[in-house]
Amino acid sequence: MRINGKTISLKEEIKLSDFLEQNGYNINRVAVEKNGNIIPRAKFLTEIINDNDIIEVVSFVGGG
Amino acid sequence: MLEISLNGKKTLTSCKTAFELRDKEFSNGSIVIVNGYQISEDTIINNNDNIFIIQKGVMPPKEQLELMICARHTPKVYDKMKNATVGIAGLGGLGSNIAISLARMGIGHLILIDFDIVEPSNLNRQSYYINHLGMLKCIAMKSQIEQINPFIKVTAVNEYLTENNACLILKDCDIICEAFDNPNCKAMLVNEILEKLPDTPLVCSSGMAGYESSNTIRTTNPIKNLYICGDGENGAEIGRGLMAPRVQICAGHQANMAVRLLLNIKDC
Repeated sequence: MRINGKTISLKEEIKLSDFLEQNGYNINRVAVEKNGNIIPRAKFLTEIINDNDIIEVVSFVGGG
Repeated sequence: MLEISLNGKKTLTSCKTAFELRDKEFSNGSIVIVNGYQISEDTIINNNDNIFIIQKGVMPPKEQLELMICARHTPKVYDKMKNATVGIAGLGGLGSNIAISLARMGIGHLILIDFDIVEPSNLNRQSYYINHLGMLKCIAMKSQIEQINPFIKVTAVNEYLTENNACLILKDCDIICEAFDNPNCKAMLVNEILEKLPDTPLVCSSGMAGYESSNTIRTTNPIKNLYICGDGENGAEIGRGLMAPRVQICAGHQANMAVRLLLNIKDC
């Protein structure tokens, strides 16, 4: 699979929320696009990703 | 005879140069702006040139003032700004400076949203003054914009944006600028807009705290219609403050990206 332009190997399907947490993201501070489509936040806990997916994760730090 | 625009009015002139025109119709102390550039040496004028001759210290009539404010704009930019509606979500360090910048651009309608009031710790980076302390930020900003460009329609919205009201308040915007402080609120708004207003470009921010190099702040476009300005890393935290220079640089990135999008330029 590809995440933010980098290719990584995913051994088995995984829930998006688990994938994000394992990769150090805070799920309250991200927006996710999978294969060109925005994944609604309500689906973070159910959306499954696999080794063919192209994921873009945008995360935010505070300050303004 | 040449047909030009002189101080916003279609005019026929027999003058061949800009200074000849100035000397014929205005006093010698007037400044001369030709197609967005203030000239110091005389230049030949051509058909369809956009020329302003401004007498310093003289208040022009209202209909001329509006165009004179934008006389230094690049030609053809002003009309696209005048017809645009831009929403600014949050009027802190980013949003207040974005609002001032876009007001100077002559954006026709600004929707300014913030729930908070101005307090002393805002003054190190936010565009407010001592006399605004205690005022609603949306009202304090509206009053400043009236003093910068009174021809702008400002809708001041005193609300805390959530999933329940954000899209309703922002649905008529051509461009939305996210200018929150809290990262959870940033992500909330980005998700709402991407999901429910997918055709509206969103210019947001992440990473402008501290005094790291100015050059690390940049604009990216990771997802269609989503632009992110900032260094992506330096969040506000205990021991790392938020200060005017980098916050203003980031606000400048956001405002310029909004202008580019209104000019139909989608590259960052």
